[in-house]
Parts: sequence; structure tokens; C-alpha cells
Amino acid sequence: MSFREPHEIHKRRFGRNLGLGLVLAAFVALVFGLTIAKVSNEDFSVPQQNESAS
Amino acid sequence: MSDASISASETPTGEAGFGDFYALLKPRVMSLVVFTALVGLLAAPVGVHPIVGFAAILFIAIGGGASGALNMWWDADIDRIMKRTQGRPIPAGKVTEGEAFAFGITLAVMSVIMLGLAANFVAAGLLAFTIFFYVVIYSMWLKRWTPQNIVIGGAAGAFPPMIGWAVATGGISVESVLMFTIIFMWTPPHFWALALFMKSDYEKAGVPMLTVTHGRRTTRVHILVYTLLLAPIAIGAAFTSIGGPIYLAVAVILNAAFLKGAFDIWRRDEVSAEADGYRTEKKVFALSLFYLFGHFTAILVQSMLAPYGIGSW
Repeated sequence: MSFREPHEIHKRRFGRNLGLGLVLAAFVALVFGLTIAKVSNEDFSVPQQNESAS
Repeated sequence: MSDASISASETPTGEAGFGDFYALLKPRVMSLVVFTALVGLLAAPVGVHPIVGFAAILFIAIGGGASGALNMWWDADIDRIMKRTQGRPIPAGKVTEGEAFAFGITLAVMSVIMLGLAANFVAAGLLAFTIFFYVVIYSMWLKRWTPQNIVIGGAAGAFPPMIGWAVATGGISVESVLMFTIIFMWTPPHFWALALFMKSDYEKAGVPMLTVTHGRRTTRVHILVYTLLLAPIAIGAAFTSIGGPIYLAVAVILNAAFLKGAFDIWRRDEVSAEADGYRTEKKVFALSLFYLFGHFTAILVQSMLAPYGIGSW
């Protein structure tokens, strides 16, 4: 069984997709890390619920 | 997609590689942005959570890269003419102008919003202004209009330490303005030293450069004047909270060397410069890189030692 050698354009497209995937995954990880850092901050407080609204 | 469409030797639209988009961000310029912004952030008297600091520097770098991509989109016509820039992704046919614009504007908006959310909106506002300044004021307006383009346009490259400082403090202060001024005043002599020995084709592209519009003698005078104005600012920073004895020693040595170099450039004429292959100009250009790196490293060292009570006045 033989597979055709992928064309240069397919390699380039794969590289672009892989790169974008990794960048998006890193972005998700960064936003998650930022969220943890922000809520762990001493200054952080959960907004008070407005009693009159309930 | 048929085989016929993929066997074409040139596939200029929609098929750029990841590296082509990365090249649009001007990675070498981005490294200077990262370094100076990091120094601004660490020299500030307020601590920042490491993840927030990392994210802030990343978004500043992306913002800087976005303005590079938008600059390449706007300057695609002259990049095709000049030899030095013909290999850039747009003139090389790897990325279309529309793709570069979409890429740049998306990253610019994203980086400003994310910096605002990660740090504060003073830093985000400064980043937005930096991108606006580089793309609209420098690239679209000044670059093709005045030979002082590099002087005013240099401000865009001078903002990163101010943004880094604003990330930590949420504001602007004398120290951050001084860091801005050092880079702002350093850019013209640095660039013009390069312009003296680089045979560039700006003239062919219709970009007014001082060496062409006012001659090389005037450029030599300008280098000396800017270096003379830069020295007291760079040394004066030693007496603020970002300075100290280590910074003062480094600044005095580097400014003495830079002034001597600028004086040597001013003293020379074109005949002697051509005779030795622009040795002095090349030496001063290399020194100018070391000059900026040295000053900001000294600020970084001072801020690293400060918590231990070492190195400050």
C-alpha cells in the first residue's frame, strides 16, 4: 500500500492549522491562568447581590 | 480542490504558512518591545502577579506585532520597490494585502482589550495610542512626507517601557517618561548612523530620508546634536527612583562613548568615510544597540537589587 507524498501546499496548510490550534490552546490556558491569578488576589471580592432586586 | 489548482507554483492567496503570518509581526522589532516593556514593568515600584505580568508583556508584544503587520499592509507598494523589503510576506506574494490588514487589525483590537482586562485601561490606552501612532501618524502620514519621519516616528518605539510601567502602577510618572525619552532621543542617531553606510533605495520609493533630502553633511550634524541632547537625559535618569550608582556608572561610560562616536562621525567627510568603508559609522551603529541595551539592563539590575537594599542612593 502506498500513500502519495503530500503536496507542499498541504504541508503548509497543516502547519498553519497546527500553529493556529496551538496558539488558541495557549490562549485558553493563559485566560484560565489570568482568571486564577485575579480571583486569588487579596483585593478581589465577589460582587454583592442586590437584595431589593430579589 | 483539483490537482491543477494545487500544482500551481505560486499560491499567493489564502495559502500562507504559519511562519508567513509570524513574519508579518516583525519579530526582531517585537524582541526590543518585549525587553523594554519588561524593564518598565519590573522597574516600577509596584509588584505585579507573575501571570498578569507575563500576559501583559505578551499582549504588548502582540500589539507591537499588529502595528508591524498594519505597517506592512500600508507600505506594500514601497516594499515591492526597495530591495531590503522585497522578501517581506506581501511583496513576496505569500500573504495578500487584505489578509495582512485583517490579521493586523484583529490582533491590534484583541491585544488592547486583553491588556485592559489583564492589567488596566491606562496601559491599554497607551498601547492603543502606540499602535495608532505607528500606523497612522508614522506610516500613513509622516514617513512619506518629512525627512524628520524617523524622529517623530521613533516615539512609537519609545512607548513600550511606559506601557510596562503603567501595567504595574496604573499611571504615568517622571521615571516612565524618562525611559520614553531615552528611546525617543536615541532613535535618530541610531537610525541615521545606519542610513549613512547602508546604500538604501528610499529615494526610488519616494520616501524622504534626511541623507537624501538634506545631504549627508547635515545628517552628521543631526547625529551629533541628538546625541548631545540625549546624554543629560540618560544620565539624569540616574537620580530618579529607577536609577542609582550602578546605572549612573553605566550611563556615564556609555554616553561618553556614544558622544565620542557622534563627534567622530561629525568630524569626518564623505571621502574619508568611503575610503575606510564607513568604519566609524558602522562602529557607532553597533555601539548604539549596545547603548540602549546597556541602559535598560542597568535599570533592570537596579530594580532587582533594590529589594535587598543594595544599589540605590
